[in-house]
Amino acid sequence: MAKASLSVNEVRDMMLAAADRIIESEPILTDADRALGDGDHGVGMERGMNAVKEALAGKDFPSAGKVFVAVGTAMMSSMGGASGAIFGILFRSGGKAMGDATEFTAAGLASLLREGTDQVMTKGAKPGDKTMVDALFPAAEKAAEVSGEPITDALGAVAAAAAAGRDASENMIATMGRAKTLGENSLGKPDAGAVSVAIILAAMSDFAAGL
Amino acid sequence: MKKLINNPLKCADELLEGLVEAYNGECRHVGTRSIVKNNIPEGKVSLLIGGGSGHEPIYHGLVGRNLADGAACGDIFAAPPPNIVLEATEAVNRGKGVLYLYGNYAGDVLNFDIGAELASDDDIEVRTVLIWDDVCSAPPTQKHNRRGIAGLVPIVKLVGAASQKLGTLAELEAVAKKAVLQTRSVGVSMSPGSIPATGKPTFNIDEDKIGLGMGIHGEPGVGEIPMATADDLTVMMLDLIFDDYEKDDEVAALASGDEILLVVNSLGATTMMELLIALRKAKAVLTERGIKTYDVLIGDFVTCQEMSGISFSITRLDDELKQYWDMPCQSVCYSKMEGHYGG
Repeated sequence: MAKASLSVNEVRDMMLAAADRIIESEPILTDADRALGDGDHGVGMERGMNAVKEALAGKDFPSAGKVFVAVGTAMMSSMGGASGAIFGILFRSGGKAMGDATEFTAAGLASLLREGTDQVMTKGAKPGDKTMVDALFPAAEKAAEVSGEPITDALGAVAAAAAAGRDASENMIATMGRAKTLGENSLGKPDAGAVSVAIILAAMSDFAAGL
Repeated sequence: MKKLINNPLKCADELLEGLVEAYNGECRHVGTRSIVKNNIPEGKVSLLIGGGSGHEPIYHGLVGRNLADGAACGDIFAAPPPNIVLEATEAVNRGKGVLYLYGNYAGDVLNFDIGAELASDDDIEVRTVLIWDDVCSAPPTQKHNRRGIAGLVPIVKLVGAASQKLGTLAELEAVAKKAVLQTRSVGVSMSPGSIPATGKPTFNIDEDKIGLGMGIHGEPGVGEIPMATADDLTVMMLDLIFDDYEKDDEVAALASGDEILLVVNSLGATTMMELLIALRKAKAVLTERGIKTYDVLIGDFVTCQEMSGISFSITRLDDELKQYWDMPCQSVCYSKMEGHYGG
Protein backbone atom coordinates (compact mmCIF):
# COMPACT_ATOMS: atom_id res chain seq x y z
CA MET A 1 0.00 0.00 0.00
CA ALA A 2 1.30 3.46 -0.83
CA LYS A 3 2.56 5.42 2.15
CA ALA A 4 3.21 9.16 1.98
CA SER A 5 6.20 9.03 4.30
CA LEU A 6 8.16 6.88 6.74
CA SER A 7 8.84 7.63 10.41
CA VAL A 8 12.40 7.90 11.73
CA ASN A 9 12.20 4.41 13.24
CA GLU A 10 10.89 3.02 9.95
CA VAL A 11 13.85 4.63 8.17
CA ARG A 12 16.19 3.01 10.68
CA ASP A 13 14.58 -0.40 10.17
CA MET A 14 14.64 0.10 6.40
CA MET A 15 18.41 0.67 6.50
CA LEU A 16 18.83 -2.38 8.76
CA ALA A 17 16.98 -4.38 6.08
CA ALA A 18 19.26 -2.89 3.41
CA ALA A 19 22.27 -3.91 5.53
CA ASP A 20 21.00 -7.49 5.75
CA ARG A 21 20.39 -7.59 1.99
CA ILE A 22 23.97 -6.49 1.27
CA ILE A 23 25.36 -9.04 3.74
CA GLU A 24 23.36 -11.79 1.98
CA SER A 25 24.63 -10.52 -1.37
CA GLU A 26 28.32 -10.77 -0.45
CA PRO A 27 29.00 -13.62 -2.94
CA ILE A 28 27.36 -11.65 -5.80
CA LEU A 29 29.41 -8.56 -4.99
CA THR A 30 32.62 -10.57 -4.61
CA ASP A 31 32.10 -12.16 -8.03
CA ALA A 32 31.29 -8.81 -9.64
CA ASP A 33 34.46 -7.27 -8.23
CA ARG A 34 36.64 -10.26 -9.09
CA ALA A 35 35.76 -9.74 -12.73
CA LEU A 36 37.02 -6.16 -12.76
CA GLY A 37 38.82 -5.35 -9.53
CA ASP A 38 40.55 -7.24 -6.79
CA GLY A 39 37.52 -9.07 -5.46
CA ASP A 40 37.31 -7.37 -2.09
CA HIS A 41 34.17 -5.29 -2.61
CA GLY A 42 31.78 -7.93 -1.23
CA VAL A 43 33.79 -8.47 1.92
CA GLY A 44 34.19 -4.72 2.40
CA MET A 45 30.47 -4.07 1.99
CA GLU A 46 29.69 -6.92 4.38
CA ARG A 47 32.03 -5.40 6.95
CA GLY A 48 30.51 -1.95 6.43
CA MET A 49 26.96 -3.23 6.78
CA ASN A 50 27.79 -5.13 9.94
CA ALA A 51 29.03 -1.81 11.33
CA VAL A 52 25.81 -0.15 10.13
CA LYS A 53 23.75 -2.74 12.01
CA GLU A 54 25.75 -2.08 15.15
CA ALA A 55 25.27 1.69 14.75
CA LEU A 56 21.51 1.52 14.11
CA ALA A 57 20.01 -1.47 15.92
CA GLY A 58 17.87 -0.43 18.87
CA LYS A 59 18.98 3.23 18.63
CA ASP A 60 16.77 6.30 18.47
CA PHE A 61 17.56 9.11 16.05
CA PRO A 62 16.30 12.71 16.13
CA SER A 63 15.67 12.86 12.37
CA ALA A 64 15.56 10.71 9.25
CA GLY A 65 18.66 12.48 7.95
CA LYS A 66 20.64 11.48 11.06
CA VAL A 67 19.94 7.81 10.31
CA PHE A 68 21.64 8.19 6.94
CA VAL A 69 24.53 10.15 8.47
CA ALA A 70 25.02 7.27 10.94
CA VAL A 71 24.98 4.79 8.04
CA GLY A 72 27.70 6.81 6.26
CA THR A 73 29.87 7.20 9.34
CA ALA A 74 29.68 3.48 10.10
CA MET A 75 30.62 2.56 6.53
CA MET A 76 33.42 5.09 6.25
CA SER A 77 35.09 4.14 9.51
CA SER A 78 34.80 0.37 9.12
CA MET A 79 35.30 -0.44 5.45
CA GLY A 80 38.33 1.42 4.19
CA GLY A 81 39.04 1.17 0.51
CA ALA A 82 37.53 3.45 -2.11
CA SER A 83 34.05 2.10 -1.38
CA GLY A 84 34.20 3.01 2.33
CA ALA A 85 35.13 6.61 1.63
CA ILE A 86 32.63 6.97 -1.22
CA PHE A 87 29.67 5.36 0.57
CA GLY A 88 30.59 7.46 3.62
CA ILE A 89 30.51 10.65 1.56
CA LEU A 90 27.23 9.60 -0.12
CA PHE A 91 25.25 8.92 3.04
CA ARG A 92 26.86 11.53 5.29
CA SER A 93 26.46 14.47 2.90
CA GLY A 94 23.07 13.24 1.67
CA GLY A 95 21.79 12.75 5.21
CA LYS A 96 22.94 16.23 6.23
CA ALA A 97 21.12 17.72 3.22
CA MET A 98 17.84 16.29 4.53
CA GLY A 99 17.80 18.73 7.44
CA ASP A 100 15.83 18.02 10.62
CA ALA A 101 12.75 16.41 9.06
CA THR A 102 11.30 13.63 11.16
CA GLU A 103 9.30 12.21 8.26
CA PHE A 104 11.06 10.60 5.31
CA THR A 105 9.27 11.76 2.19
CA ALA A 106 9.99 11.51 -1.54
CA ALA A 107 11.32 15.08 -1.31
CA GLY A 108 13.73 13.95 1.41
CA LEU A 109 14.82 11.03 -0.78
CA ALA A 110 15.48 13.48 -3.61
CA SER A 111 17.65 15.67 -1.32
CA LEU A 112 19.54 12.62 -0.04
CA LEU A 113 20.38 11.35 -3.50
CA ARG A 114 21.03 14.74 -5.13
CA GLU A 115 23.49 16.02 -2.55
CA GLY A 116 25.04 12.59 -1.97
CA THR A 117 25.57 12.02 -5.70
CA ASP A 118 26.95 15.54 -6.23
CA GLN A 119 29.46 15.10 -3.40
CA VAL A 120 30.54 11.67 -4.67
CA MET A 121 31.05 13.19 -8.12
CA THR A 122 33.39 15.86 -6.71
CA LYS A 123 35.84 12.96 -6.23
CA GLY A 124 36.14 12.70 -9.98
CA ALA A 125 33.67 10.10 -11.27
CA LYS A 126 31.02 11.18 -13.77
CA PRO A 127 28.26 9.17 -15.42
CA GLY A 128 29.74 6.79 -17.99
CA ASP A 129 32.97 6.08 -16.10
CA LYS A 130 31.69 2.67 -14.99
CA THR A 131 31.48 3.40 -11.27
CA MET A 132 28.70 3.49 -8.69
CA VAL A 133 27.80 6.92 -10.09
CA ASP A 134 26.24 5.08 -13.03
CA ALA A 135 23.58 3.71 -10.67
CA LEU A 136 23.47 6.79 -8.40
CA PHE A 137 23.11 9.50 -11.01
CA PRO A 138 19.97 8.10 -12.73
CA ALA A 139 18.55 7.32 -9.26
CA ALA A 140 19.03 10.96 -8.20
CA GLU A 141 17.48 12.20 -11.46
CA LYS A 142 14.48 9.91 -11.01
CA ALA A 143 14.11 10.95 -7.34
CA ALA A 144 13.84 14.61 -8.40
CA GLU A 145 11.13 13.65 -10.93
CA VAL A 146 9.01 11.76 -8.40
CA SER A 147 9.63 14.00 -5.37
CA GLY A 148 5.90 14.71 -5.02
CA GLU A 149 4.87 11.04 -4.94
CA PRO A 150 4.27 8.84 -1.91
CA ILE A 151 7.61 7.56 -0.56
CA THR A 152 6.78 3.94 -1.38
CA ASP A 153 6.16 4.80 -5.06
CA ALA A 154 9.20 7.05 -5.22
CA LEU A 155 11.48 4.35 -3.77
CA GLY A 156 10.17 1.85 -6.32
CA ALA A 157 10.87 4.21 -9.23
CA VAL A 158 14.30 5.15 -7.89
CA ALA A 159 15.28 1.50 -7.32
CA ALA A 160 14.26 0.69 -10.91
CA ALA A 161 16.34 3.61 -12.21
CA ALA A 162 19.38 2.42 -10.23
CA ALA A 163 18.94 -1.13 -11.56
CA ALA A 164 18.78 0.18 -15.12
CA GLY A 165 21.93 2.23 -14.42
CA ARG A 166 23.69 -0.84 -13.09
CA ASP A 167 22.77 -2.77 -16.24
CA ALA A 168 23.94 0.10 -18.43
CA SER A 169 27.35 0.03 -16.69
CA GLU A 170 27.95 -3.35 -18.34
CA ASN A 171 28.45 -1.57 -21.65
CA MET A 172 30.87 1.03 -20.31
CA ILE A 173 34.65 1.11 -20.35
CA ALA A 174 36.15 1.77 -16.93
CA THR A 175 38.11 5.00 -16.61
CA MET A 176 38.21 5.30 -12.81
CA GLY A 177 39.29 3.07 -9.97
CA ARG A 178 41.25 -0.13 -10.21
CA ALA A 179 39.37 -1.39 -13.27
CA LYS A 180 40.57 1.57 -15.35
CA THR A 181 43.75 -0.27 -16.39
CA LEU A 182 41.54 -2.89 -18.07
CA GLY A 183 40.26 -0.51 -20.73
CA GLU A 184 37.99 -2.34 -23.18
CA ASN A 185 38.41 -5.58 -21.24
CA SER A 186 36.02 -4.10 -18.68
CA LEU A 187 33.14 -4.33 -21.19
CA GLY A 188 30.32 -6.80 -20.54
CA LYS A 189 30.38 -6.75 -16.75
CA PRO A 190 28.61 -4.34 -14.38
CA ASP A 191 30.54 -2.19 -11.91
CA ALA A 192 30.50 -3.74 -8.43
CA GLY A 193 29.79 -0.41 -6.75
CA ALA A 194 26.80 0.16 -9.05
CA VAL A 195 25.57 -3.33 -8.14
CA SER A 196 25.77 -2.40 -4.44
CA VAL A 197 23.86 0.86 -4.95
CA ALA A 198 21.11 -0.99 -6.84
CA ILE A 199 20.86 -3.64 -4.10
CA ILE A 200 20.60 -1.03 -1.32
CA LEU A 201 17.88 0.95 -3.11
CA ALA A 202 15.95 -2.23 -3.99
CA ALA A 203 16.05 -3.37 -0.37
CA MET A 204 14.87 0.06 0.80
CA SER A 205 12.01 -0.04 -1.68
CA ASP A 206 11.02 -3.62 -0.76
CA PHE A 207 11.04 -2.80 2.93
CA ALA A 208 8.88 0.30 2.51
CA ALA A 209 6.45 -1.56 0.25
CA GLY A 210 6.02 -4.24 2.92
CA LEU A 211 5.04 -1.82 5.69
CA MET B 1 43.44 -23.64 -0.13
CA LYS B 2 45.03 -24.62 3.19
CA LYS B 3 45.40 -21.35 5.02
CA LEU B 4 46.88 -20.99 8.50
CA ILE B 5 44.46 -18.50 10.00
CA ASN B 6 41.85 -18.25 12.75
CA ASN B 7 38.85 -16.05 12.00
CA PRO B 8 39.00 -15.13 8.28
CA LEU B 9 37.58 -11.68 9.07
CA LYS B 10 40.21 -10.97 11.73
CA CYS B 11 43.31 -11.56 9.62
CA ALA B 12 44.36 -7.91 9.38
CA ASP B 13 44.04 -7.33 13.12
CA GLU B 14 45.77 -10.56 14.09
CA LEU B 15 48.68 -10.12 11.69
CA LEU B 16 49.24 -6.66 13.10
CA GLU B 17 49.37 -8.06 16.63
CA GLY B 18 52.00 -10.49 15.37
CA LEU B 19 53.91 -7.72 13.62
CA VAL B 20 54.16 -5.76 16.86
CA GLU B 21 55.65 -8.88 18.47
CA ALA B 22 58.10 -9.23 15.59
CA TYR B 23 59.22 -5.65 16.29
CA ASN B 24 59.87 -6.69 19.88
CA GLY B 25 59.43 -3.26 21.41
CA GLU B 26 60.61 -1.14 18.47
CA CYS B 27 57.01 -0.30 17.43
CA ARG B 28 53.62 -0.36 19.08
CA HIS B 29 50.02 -0.79 18.09
CA VAL B 30 48.01 2.44 18.19
CA GLY B 31 44.25 2.95 17.99
CA THR B 32 42.17 0.81 15.67
CA ARG B 33 44.86 -0.39 13.30
CA SER B 34 48.02 1.69 13.21
CA ILE B 35 51.60 0.77 13.94
CA VAL B 36 53.92 3.47 15.25
CA LYS B 37 57.60 3.58 16.10
CA ASN B 38 58.47 4.14 19.73
CA ASN B 39 60.71 7.05 20.68
CA ILE B 40 60.15 9.34 17.69
CA PRO B 41 62.17 12.44 18.69
CA GLU B 42 60.48 15.82 19.22
CA GLY B 43 60.93 18.20 16.29
CA LYS B 44 61.34 15.43 13.71
CA VAL B 45 59.55 15.72 10.37
CA SER B 46 57.41 12.59 10.41
CA LEU B 47 56.93 10.00 7.70
CA LEU B 48 53.63 8.11 7.55
CA ILE B 49 53.07 5.27 5.12
CA GLY B 50 50.21 2.82 4.77
CA GLY B 51 47.74 0.91 2.71
CA GLY B 52 45.79 -2.30 2.69
CA SER B 53 46.98 -5.33 4.64
CA GLY B 54 47.62 -8.71 3.08
CA HIS B 55 50.69 -7.57 1.12
CA GLU B 56 53.16 -8.21 3.92
CA PRO B 57 55.87 -7.40 4.65
CA ILE B 58 54.89 -3.96 3.19
CA TYR B 59 53.69 -1.37 4.19
CA HIS B 60 53.59 -1.73 7.95
CA GLY B 61 56.79 -3.79 7.89
CA LEU B 62 58.66 -0.70 6.69
CA VAL B 63 58.18 1.15 9.97
CA GLY B 64 61.48 1.13 11.82
CA ARG B 65 64.93 2.59 12.28
CA ASN B 66 65.70 5.19 9.59
CA LEU B 67 62.49 4.16 7.85
CA ALA B 68 58.87 5.26 8.34
CA ASP B 69 57.63 6.53 11.70
CA GLY B 70 54.26 4.88 11.37
CA ALA B 71 51.79 3.10 9.13
CA ALA B 72 48.01 3.35 8.80
CA CYS B 73 46.82 -0.16 8.04
CA GLY B 74 43.68 -1.11 6.18
CA ASP B 75 41.87 -4.40 6.22
CA ILE B 76 42.99 -7.10 3.79
CA PHE B 77 43.51 -5.44 0.36
CA ALA B 78 41.56 -2.34 1.46
CA ALA B 79 42.79 1.19 2.13
CA PRO B 80 42.74 2.31 5.76
CA PRO B 81 39.67 4.41 6.62
CA PRO B 82 40.14 8.12 7.47
CA ASN B 83 39.87 7.58 11.24
CA ILE B 84 42.83 5.19 11.12
CA VAL B 85 44.85 7.62 8.98
CA LEU B 86 44.08 10.32 11.56
CA GLU B 87 45.04 8.20 14.58
CA ALA B 88 48.36 7.30 12.93
CA THR B 89 48.99 10.94 11.96
CA GLU B 90 48.41 12.14 15.49
CA ALA B 91 50.67 9.41 16.89
CA VAL B 92 53.66 10.17 14.63
CA ASN B 93 53.38 13.98 14.61
CA ARG B 94 56.17 15.76 16.49
CA GLY B 95 55.25 19.30 15.51
CA LYS B 96 57.11 19.54 12.19
CA GLY B 97 54.40 18.10 9.99
CA VAL B 98 53.76 14.69 8.49
CA LEU B 99 54.58 13.44 5.00
CA TYR B 100 52.12 10.86 3.66
CA LEU B 101 53.88 8.47 1.27
CA TYR B 102 51.83 5.64 -0.20
CA GLY B 103 50.83 3.83 -3.38
CA ASN B 104 48.55 5.54 -5.87
CA TYR B 105 45.23 3.68 -5.55
CA ALA B 106 41.83 5.38 -5.65
CA GLY B 107 40.86 4.01 -2.23
CA ASP B 108 44.08 5.05 -0.54
CA VAL B 109 43.96 8.55 -2.03
CA LEU B 110 40.32 9.10 -0.97
CA ASN B 111 40.88 7.90 2.58
CA PHE B 112 44.29 9.51 3.18
CA ASP B 113 42.93 12.81 1.78
CA ILE B 114 40.00 12.78 4.21
CA GLY B 115 42.47 11.83 6.97
CA ALA B 116 44.66 14.81 5.99
CA GLU B 117 41.63 17.12 6.20
CA LEU B 118 40.84 15.81 9.68
CA ALA B 119 44.50 16.28 10.68
CA SER B 120 44.48 19.88 9.45
CA ASP B 121 41.51 20.48 11.78
CA ASP B 122 43.99 19.52 14.53
CA ASP B 123 46.59 21.95 13.08
CA ILE B 124 48.85 19.16 11.85
CA GLU B 125 50.47 20.05 8.53
CA VAL B 126 50.31 17.19 6.06
CA ARG B 127 51.79 16.83 2.58
CA THR B 128 51.30 13.88 0.30
CA VAL B 129 53.58 12.20 -2.21
CA LEU B 130 52.08 9.32 -4.17
CA ILE B 131 54.09 6.35 -5.36
CA TRP B 132 53.35 5.42 -9.00
CA ASP B 133 56.11 3.21 -10.30
CA ASP B 134 54.13 0.58 -12.28
CA VAL B 135 54.88 1.43 -15.92
CA CYS B 136 52.28 -1.03 -17.28
CA SER B 137 49.36 0.74 -15.61
CA ALA B 138 49.47 3.96 -17.69
CA PRO B 139 51.64 5.53 -20.43
CA PRO B 140 54.44 7.99 -19.52
CA THR B 141 52.23 10.98 -20.35
CA GLN B 142 49.74 9.81 -17.70
CA LYS B 143 52.20 8.45 -15.16
CA HIS B 144 50.42 10.15 -12.27
CA ASN B 145 47.61 7.63 -12.87
CA ARG B 146 49.91 4.68 -12.31
CA ARG B 147 49.70 2.23 -9.43
CA GLY B 148 52.37 1.86 -6.81
CA ILE B 149 54.10 -1.53 -6.63
CA ALA B 150 57.45 -2.85 -5.39
CA GLY B 151 59.36 0.33 -6.21
CA LEU B 152 57.91 1.57 -2.95
CA VAL B 153 60.56 -0.33 -0.99
CA PRO B 154 63.61 1.68 -2.09
CA ILE B 155 61.47 4.84 -2.11
CA VAL B 156 60.36 4.43 1.52
CA LYS B 157 63.92 3.49 2.52
CA LEU B 158 65.34 6.64 0.89
CA VAL B 159 62.68 8.97 2.27
CA GLY B 160 62.88 7.38 5.72
CA ALA B 161 66.62 8.06 5.81
CA ALA B 162 66.07 11.60 4.55
CA SER B 163 63.49 12.18 7.30
CA GLN B 164 66.30 11.72 9.84
CA LYS B 165 68.38 14.44 8.24
CA LEU B 166 66.00 17.09 6.89
CA GLY B 167 64.45 19.80 9.01
CA THR B 168 61.36 20.74 7.01
CA LEU B 169 58.37 19.01 5.49
CA ALA B 170 59.00 20.78 2.16
CA GLU B 171 62.55 19.40 1.91
CA LEU B 172 61.37 15.88 2.70
CA GLU B 173 58.57 16.19 0.14
CA ALA B 174 61.13 17.19 -2.51
CA VAL B 175 63.30 14.12 -1.81
CA ALA B 176 60.23 11.86 -1.95
CA LYS B 177 59.19 13.33 -5.30
CA LYS B 178 62.66 12.82 -6.69
CA ALA B 179 62.80 9.20 -5.49
CA VAL B 180 59.39 8.49 -7.06
CA LEU B 181 60.32 10.19 -10.32
CA GLN B 182 63.48 8.06 -10.64
CA THR B 183 61.74 4.74 -9.91
CA ARG B 184 60.10 2.40 -12.44
CA SER B 185 58.71 -1.11 -12.05
CA VAL B 186 57.22 -3.87 -14.18
CA GLY B 187 55.44 -6.88 -12.71
CA VAL B 188 54.01 -10.11 -14.06
CA SER B 189 51.85 -12.79 -12.53
CA MET B 190 51.55 -16.48 -13.25
CA SER B 191 48.83 -17.46 -10.77
CA PRO B 192 46.48 -15.65 -8.37
CA GLY B 193 46.52 -15.09 -4.64
CA SER B 194 43.38 -15.61 -2.60
CA ILE B 195 41.22 -13.38 -0.44
CA PRO B 196 41.49 -14.79 3.11
CA ALA B 197 37.88 -13.85 3.96
CA THR B 198 36.34 -15.67 0.99
CA GLY B 199 39.02 -18.20 0.04
CA LYS B 200 38.45 -17.20 -3.56
CA PRO B 201 41.26 -16.44 -6.02
CA THR B 202 41.66 -12.76 -6.88
CA PHE B 203 41.55 -13.51 -10.62
CA ASN B 204 41.76 -16.36 -13.14
CA ILE B 205 44.54 -16.99 -15.60
CA ASP B 206 45.31 -19.94 -17.89
CA GLU B 207 48.15 -22.30 -16.92
CA ASP B 208 50.16 -21.39 -20.01
CA LYS B 209 49.74 -17.63 -19.72
CA ILE B 210 51.46 -14.81 -17.86
CA GLY B 211 49.62 -11.65 -16.86
CA LEU B 212 51.79 -8.72 -17.90
CA GLY B 213 51.42 -5.64 -15.74
CA MET B 214 49.36 -7.46 -13.12
CA GLY B 215 48.71 -5.32 -10.05
CA ILE B 216 49.69 -6.38 -6.55
CA HIS B 217 46.02 -6.55 -5.61
CA GLY B 218 45.60 -9.10 -8.37
CA GLU B 219 43.94 -6.65 -10.73
CA PRO B 220 43.99 -8.30 -14.13
CA GLY B 221 47.01 -7.16 -16.11
CA VAL B 222 47.11 -5.02 -19.20
CA GLY B 223 47.65 -8.11 -21.31
CA GLU B 224 48.36 -11.81 -21.30
CA ILE B 225 51.43 -13.30 -22.93
CA PRO B 226 52.42 -16.94 -23.39
CA MET B 227 54.42 -18.52 -20.55
CA ALA B 228 58.10 -17.81 -21.13
CA THR B 229 61.52 -18.73 -19.77
CA ALA B 230 63.06 -16.71 -16.95
CA ASP B 231 65.63 -15.20 -19.31
CA ASP B 232 63.14 -14.18 -21.99
CA LEU B 233 60.72 -12.73 -19.46
CA THR B 234 63.49 -10.80 -17.69
CA VAL B 235 64.64 -9.21 -20.95
CA MET B 236 61.05 -8.29 -21.85
CA MET B 237 60.34 -6.74 -18.46
CA LEU B 238 63.56 -4.74 -18.29
CA ASP B 239 63.01 -3.50 -21.85
CA LEU B 240 59.65 -2.09 -20.75
CA ILE B 241 61.41 -0.23 -17.93
CA PHE B 242 64.20 1.08 -20.20
CA ASP B 243 61.63 2.18 -22.78
CA ASP B 244 59.71 4.04 -20.16
CA TYR B 245 62.67 6.09 -18.91
CA GLU B 246 63.39 6.86 -22.55
CA LYS B 247 59.86 7.96 -23.46
CA ASP B 248 59.28 10.04 -20.33
CA ASP B 249 60.18 13.69 -20.94
CA GLU B 250 60.61 14.35 -17.23
CA VAL B 251 63.56 11.98 -16.76
CA ALA B 252 66.68 11.13 -18.73
CA ALA B 253 66.98 7.76 -20.42
CA LEU B 254 68.92 5.19 -18.40
CA ALA B 255 72.44 5.54 -19.69
CA SER B 256 75.82 3.90 -19.37
CA GLY B 257 77.39 4.97 -16.09
CA ASP B 258 74.06 5.45 -14.27
CA GLU B 259 73.91 3.92 -10.81
CA ILE B 260 70.73 2.16 -9.77
CA LEU B 261 69.06 0.15 -7.06
CA LEU B 262 67.59 -3.05 -8.47
CA VAL B 263 64.62 -4.71 -6.76
CA VAL B 264 63.71 -8.29 -7.66
CA ASN B 265 60.44 -8.94 -5.87
CA SER B 266 58.37 -12.08 -5.43
CA LEU B 267 54.60 -11.61 -5.24
CA GLY B 268 54.41 -14.40 -2.68
CA ALA B 269 54.69 -17.88 -4.15
CA THR B 270 57.56 -17.35 -6.56
CA THR B 271 60.64 -18.85 -4.96
CA MET B 272 64.05 -17.36 -4.22
CA MET B 273 65.43 -19.86 -6.72
CA GLU B 274 63.33 -18.28 -9.46
CA LEU B 275 64.21 -14.74 -8.34
CA LEU B 276 67.92 -15.55 -8.42
CA ILE B 277 67.67 -17.06 -11.90
CA ALA B 278 65.93 -13.87 -13.06
CA LEU B 279 68.47 -11.66 -11.28
CA ARG B 280 71.31 -13.45 -13.06
CA LYS B 281 69.86 -12.45 -16.42
CA ALA B 282 68.89 -8.96 -15.28
CA LYS B 283 72.42 -8.28 -14.14
CA ALA B 284 73.77 -9.39 -17.55
CA VAL B 285 71.33 -7.05 -19.34
CA LEU B 286 72.26 -4.11 -17.12
CA THR B 287 75.99 -4.76 -17.45
CA GLU B 288 75.67 -4.87 -21.22
CA ARG B 289 74.15 -1.38 -21.07
CA GLY B 290 76.85 -0.13 -18.73
CA ILE B 291 74.35 0.47 -15.92
CA LYS B 292 75.85 -0.07 -12.46
CA THR B 293 73.84 -1.81 -9.75
CA TYR B 294 74.70 0.12 -6.60
CA ASP B 295 72.67 -2.33 -4.51
CA VAL B 296 70.31 -5.27 -5.06
CA LEU B 297 67.14 -5.94 -3.05
CA ILE B 298 65.89 -9.47 -3.61
CA GLY B 299 63.07 -11.28 -1.86
CA ASP B 300 59.37 -11.08 -1.12
CA PHE B 301 58.69 -7.47 -0.17
CA VAL B 302 55.38 -6.67 -1.86
CA THR B 303 53.16 -9.73 -2.00
CA CYS B 304 49.58 -10.76 -2.57
CA GLN B 305 49.20 -13.90 -0.46
CA GLU B 306 50.12 -16.97 -2.55
CA MET B 307 50.11 -15.10 -5.86
CA SER B 308 53.00 -16.19 -8.04
CA GLY B 309 54.80 -13.58 -10.03
CA ILE B 310 57.80 -11.35 -10.07
CA SER B 311 58.52 -7.69 -10.47
CA PHE B 312 61.61 -5.69 -11.27
CA SER B 313 62.06 -2.16 -10.00
CA ILE B 314 64.83 0.29 -10.77
CA THR B 315 65.60 3.46 -8.84
CA ARG B 316 68.26 5.71 -10.34
CA LEU B 317 70.47 7.29 -7.71
CA ASP B 318 72.15 10.68 -7.70
CA ASP B 319 74.62 11.83 -5.05
CA GLU B 320 71.89 13.01 -2.71
CA LEU B 321 69.84 9.79 -2.94
CA LYS B 322 73.00 7.70 -2.62
CA GLN B 323 73.81 9.42 0.66
CA TYR B 324 70.36 8.44 1.98
CA TRP B 325 70.69 4.92 0.62
CA ASP B 326 74.03 4.48 2.43
CA MET B 327 72.43 5.04 5.82
CA PRO B 328 71.65 1.82 7.69
CA CYS B 329 68.05 0.84 8.35
CA GLN B 330 66.20 -1.87 10.21
CA SER B 331 62.65 -3.19 10.00
CA VAL B 332 60.73 -6.41 9.53
CA CYS B 333 60.53 -5.79 5.77
CA TYR B 334 64.00 -4.54 4.97
CA SER B 335 67.24 -4.06 6.87
CA LYS B 336 70.71 -3.11 5.73
CA MET B 337 73.97 -1.97 7.20
CA GLU B 338 75.79 1.25 6.35
CA GLY B 339 76.92 1.62 2.73
CA HIS B 340 76.04 -1.05 0.22
CA TYR B 341 76.80 -4.68 -0.61
CA GLY B 342 80.20 -4.91 -2.22
CA GLY B 343 80.94 -1.28 -1.39
